[in-house]
Amino acid sequence: MKHLISAGDLGRDDALLILDTAEELARVSERSIKKLPTLRGRTVVNLFFEDSTRTRISFEAAAKRLSADVINFSAKGSSVSKGESLKDTALTLEAMGADAVVIRHGASGAPHRLANWVRGSVVNAGDGTHEHPTQALLDAFSMRRRLGRLEGLKVAVVGDILHSRVARSNVLLLSALGAEVTLVAPPTLLPVAVENWPCQVSYDLDSVLPKSDVVMMLRVQLERQNAAFFPSAREYSRRYGLDRDRVAKLHDDAIVMHPGPMNRGMEISAEVADSPRSTIVEQVANGVTVRMAVLYLLLGGAIGGDVQ
Amino acid sequence: MIIRNARILGGDPVDLRIENGLIAEIGPGLGGVTAFDADGLLALPGLVDLHTHLREPGREDAETVETGTQAAARGGYTAVHAMANTSPVADTAGVVEQVWRLGQEYGHCDVQPIGAVTSGLDGRQLAELGAMADSAARVRVFSDDGKCVSDAVLMRRALEYVKAFDGVVAQHAQEPRLTEGAQLNEGEVSGRLGLAGWPAVAEEAIIARDCLLAAHVGSRLHVCHVSTAGSVEIIRWAKSKGWDVTAEVTPHHLLLTDSCAEHSPVGPYNPIYKVNPPLRTREDVRALREALADGTIDCVATDHAPHPVEDKETEWAAAAMGMIGLETALSAVQEAMVETGLLDWAAVADRMSARPARIGRLAGHGQPVEVGSAANLTLYDPSARALVDPGAMASKSRNTPYEGMTLPGRVVATFLRGRPTVLEGKLV
Repeated sequence: MKHLISAGDLGRDDALLILDTAEELARVSERSIKKLPTLRGRTVVNLFFEDSTRTRISFEAAAKRLSADVINFSAKGSSVSKGESLKDTALTLEAMGADAVVIRHGASGAPHRLANWVRGSVVNAGDGTHEHPTQALLDAFSMRRRLGRLEGLKVAVVGDILHSRVARSNVLLLSALGAEVTLVAPPTLLPVAVENWPCQVSYDLDSVLPKSDVVMMLRVQLERQNAAFFPSAREYSRRYGLDRDRVAKLHDDAIVMHPGPMNRGMEISAEVADSPRSTIVEQVANGVTVRMAVLYLLLGGAIGGDVQ
Repeated sequence: MIIRNARILGGDPVDLRIENGLIAEIGPGLGGVTAFDADGLLALPGLVDLHTHLREPGREDAETVETGTQAAARGGYTAVHAMANTSPVADTAGVVEQVWRLGQEYGHCDVQPIGAVTSGLDGRQLAELGAMADSAARVRVFSDDGKCVSDAVLMRRALEYVKAFDGVVAQHAQEPRLTEGAQLNEGEVSGRLGLAGWPAVAEEAIIARDCLLAAHVGSRLHVCHVSTAGSVEIIRWAKSKGWDVTAEVTPHHLLLTDSCAEHSPVGPYNPIYKVNPPLRTREDVRALREALADGTIDCVATDHAPHPVEDKETEWAAAAMGMIGLETALSAVQEAMVETGLLDWAAVADRMSARPARIGRLAGHGQPVEVGSAANLTLYDPSARALVDPGAMASKSRNTPYEGMTLPGRVVATFLRGRPTVLEGKLV
């Protein structure tokens, strides 16, 4: 495997290899000296066309723990804001000898396009409303750590599915790993033809919660209200928000996830976000570990077998 | 001069005597000087395009009247209708006359300008339609193509007003609110790719409204680039009522689907496939082919839309919409319609020459290949088959969706009023 652009490109074995590698690397993160020499002399470029501090620093920490040289390229204040095209930016990075380019872009498919113009590996760190494969990997990793398995796990993904790259990647990855995903949203926030995706769909959160092992809440942007996706934040929250009463419908071991950043009081109440069921802080820590595994496998070779 | 051994609409080889730009005699073994030996090539009437973007004035980096008409001649066309969305917009007699004169000057094919419906394509005020109709360019087709005349009152008035000079409004049917930010046909592929959807209903709702308006005021309506099965049903219904509604389909909507955005020889999210209206589904393609075959859709129009490389070598959402099509239209139609047995060559001539000329009220074009007609001819080798090579095209732009595909047929020669514009596939 050269690039990680879509979670759909990962077969079950590829995905498990990444998760297992991440387990091994997690032990490094628990040491007082957290650094491995694996990617010494390799250059990883963080190419961020959208502001996303949490994802950028997660990739930066991952690359640095593997001793790679990291170049952060943010579109703001760069040649991009002067109208430089993605292709020209790519050619510039290519000339600088980037071994991997981690790209976050507002346009769906930008990483696919980038892969035509650079020789190095392309890692999708979120493209428009398409995918965010490392988020899905870290979510799966977090679930497996908490619940001990992925096969047969019942996962509810709740919120703005239509615009969510996290949802797309999670459906693809979790279905490949044998989990059963149910997307929960008002009909306006579900894509056309979602019934053909490898998952279940429901408009009714309350009926889904009792049979869920994992509830993943997605951020819902308030601006969607202006485009008539839902009448008001209050109504959205009432029907699809996760609060104490709804959490009471979950079985005892069920966990609550959120990719962040959260709208506390909108899709999730503060009480739930901070409860012991919540994996939100672990997800951040696991993000670094999983991204280390991805960079390691794309650039450094394989632990215990080839990703191919 | 004599053109020898041409198979008119696929018939037996005959000779054609051309005099003063007209076909003077047709028969076997005519005496006289051989100008061109067609050697059994198919002879079609010169093709007529109802929908061409020549980009001049304003975007001469993408195409000019000269290069666009060269591309047309190479594709077997003897007349093209030049769309109005230039800069400045073709919304005055001055601009349409300029474009018309450029076409005359270069002489690769006739250029019939289309006038804008509204000033500056702003959708608010009618352009001076009468002045354009009365100009040297004799405009009969009016269109805001690229934009929809979405205001129902304005559309009604435009339909009524052009009756005074037998004009027609060619509508780009796209409900604007339903297609804000739209990137790709709304369906399974757009959902998976996370690209904002362009729903079929946004086209169909406008077509339905416009058919009703045209019927109400007793006017002629032409629907540009029909792309959905639902649109076909509405047009079929309007025609069954006897209303004066005509429609066109592009070669790319007859051949390609939205799956190209996901799987193609040039990689996923390649905006070479980004076009407006978007490529649709296989079911839509099937319906469009059937509709062209049964006459519900009157004609093929290319919507030749040149864009410079930098406007396509981008991420999908940032790319310009449109494809070039003049040089591949006949091949694409052969692939979609003839090879599938849906149309014979006589019907191809009807859909690509006679009917578009009639809809555009274009004199001297679209006549049958017979004695007394203008000698506008396309000599075509349907047995050829070749890989599409964007670099070999006459168009200034390279945004063909057929790169990497093999298509049948080759235009060997084109004659405009008896004068060759293309011989042996090369511009004269």
